Amino acid sequence: MSKYIFKRLLLSIITIWAVITITFVLMNTVPGNPFANENRRIPENIYENLIRKYGLDKPKSEQYITYLKNIARFDFGESMRSDAETVNEMINRGFPVSAALGFEALLISLIFGPILGTIAALYQNKTPDYISMIISIIGVSVPGFLMGTFLIQFIATKFDWVPIGGWGEFRHTILPSITLAMMPLAQISRLMRSGMLEILNQDYLKTAGSKGLTKSVIIMKHAVRNAILPIISILGTTISNLLAGSFVVEKIFGIPGIGMFFVNSVFNRDYTLIMGVTVFYAIVLITMMFLVDIAYTLIDPRIRLIKGGH
Amino acid sequence: MGGLAFKQDMFEKVSRKSHKTVEIKRPTIRYWEGVWHRLRQNKLAMTGLIILIIMGIMSIVGTRISGYRYYEQDLTKINQAPNSDYRFGTDELGRDLFSRVWLGTRYSLIIGICAALIDFLIGVLYGGIAGMSSRGVDVAMMRVAEIIYSIPHMLVVILISVVFSTSGTGTSVFILILAMTITGWVPMANLVRGQVLQLKESEYSLAAESLGASKGWILKKHIIPNALGPILINVTITIPKAIFSEATLSFMGLGLQPPSPSLGTLTNDGLAGMAVGRYYQIVIPSIFISLLMFSFNVLGDGLRDALDPKLRR
Repeated sequence: MSKYIFKRLLLSIITIWAVITITFVLMNTVPGNPFANENRRIPENIYENLIRKYGLDKPKSEQYITYLKNIARFDFGESMRSDAETVNEMINRGFPVSAALGFEALLISLIFGPILGTIAALYQNKTPDYISMIISIIGVSVPGFLMGTFLIQFIATKFDWVPIGGWGEFRHTILPSITLAMMPLAQISRLMRSGMLEILNQDYLKTAGSKGLTKSVIIMKHAVRNAILPIISILGTTISNLLAGSFVVEKIFGIPGIGMFFVNSVFNRDYTLIMGVTVFYAIVLITMMFLVDIAYTLIDPRIRLIKGGH
Repeated sequence: MGGLAFKQDMFEKVSRKSHKTVEIKRPTIRYWEGVWHRLRQNKLAMTGLIILIIMGIMSIVGTRISGYRYYEQDLTKINQAPNSDYRFGTDELGRDLFSRVWLGTRYSLIIGICAALIDFLIGVLYGGIAGMSSRGVDVAMMRVAEIIYSIPHMLVVILISVVFSTSGTGTSVFILILAMTITGWVPMANLVRGQVLQLKESEYSLAAESLGASKGWILKKHIIPNALGPILINVTITIPKAIFSEATLSFMGLGLQPPSPSLGTLTNDGLAGMAVGRYYQIVIPSIFISLLMFSFNVLGDGLRDALDPKLRR
């Protein structure tokens, strides 16, 4: 087991290095540099100072090594547009916000997804099943930016208690986290439904029934427990989807998270911020994937890794 | 001995054609016929398929129906509600939304289908080679794929469209497709490799190999046709993913460059209209995106059910 963890850890580190390298190469293929557009406006000596300040006058290989070294110390450099702030400060400010939002959305989908799926399976081809199916079809078909826009238009502007945007109190998080949660919720409920339907036909449930166990005990102890396993395996993908969704949701609801910084930095062509956020996001995501993978092998006895086996 | 003598004229030469005894009298239900039969009974999937066919045809001819080109501005007719002349109304610059929405649908479909096809080609090639190679090569190739896939998809898409766009906002269809496929091919490669590993142990592959067939031949003639079902499902669910990414990107202003309309940019343009009650400007492109996503998703689900061997009778 520890050998497996070590192997996965090594692979994660290589992946992070690959992301850093690819980002570096991509950002350096851009013709010119971030200050080139303003070349006409800013005087020659200031331009040269800027180039020197960000180390753009050094050879690419040296820039690359400096960048790697800095990231190893979790130093993402200074923003090229916002003079007062470093990229680290922006991440420190934005990440707790994005993480809180993402966590709330994950919680919503992990609580309501399995419930919806279980109800759908227990009432197969009856009204509750159809209602759950409609919810999951909406979740899969309506992209986050539409969902968010319409939630603002038809709920936030009608009810004063839910604000149209901003950040600070719990009520600010309601609509954006629902928006973010819809797609994973839909996927989880479908997965739960098909898993439950398969398990409900298994012999051991009949055995449990003939033993005299009540229906609720059978469902909770035998069926749900087994059906919930595949959901853990897609948790990594879910987290990555939440991340992708957070860019647009933070923009729509005006939430000061990393997603919004990233989109703004893209518009401003703030290269250090783009690179910093990309690498930071990749590190977070790859760490999450790593943890999910380890958790899954710990939880599911069927794929628990035996020494030398597979 | 010798009572029985065979002569030449006792035998009749039988050609392959006239030999009727082994002819199959009843029509055989071929694999894909069975799949189609099961798919046809799935009402939701058929609804999706019909919507897709209609949208596909309309995305080709729809831009010509109204008689107004998508970029034609008529400042005397701005913000008109849907009427008999402008079926979907006009936007703030007096452009015909009917033409623009269908052109946007065309871009979405082109991006979705091209991205899925490129994913398919790279995935089949990469996964096929990995699966047919020796264990060492296979492991190395799959590690590389795993690393590429760990790179967050949306970050790559945004990054690529930033790097290759000239003005900082907006990019071309080609770049968008490139951005989608750069990490998108990995699930297909994983799938194909898994299928190859499974199918190359099958008896018919073994038979072909013992008859001296090359690896490439076995891959082309035996393994890929048999893996086509799962591959087809994967292609069907890749398309809405790409459409979704493009629409999201365009909505944020990072997608297609104006005046080319994409369903995402049309929705973004409609935001201003919605604020003053012109709902048609945002609702129509929204419905189109949702219908595309809905149709591809239910079709993919339907195909999965239709191809599931557990349900085969």
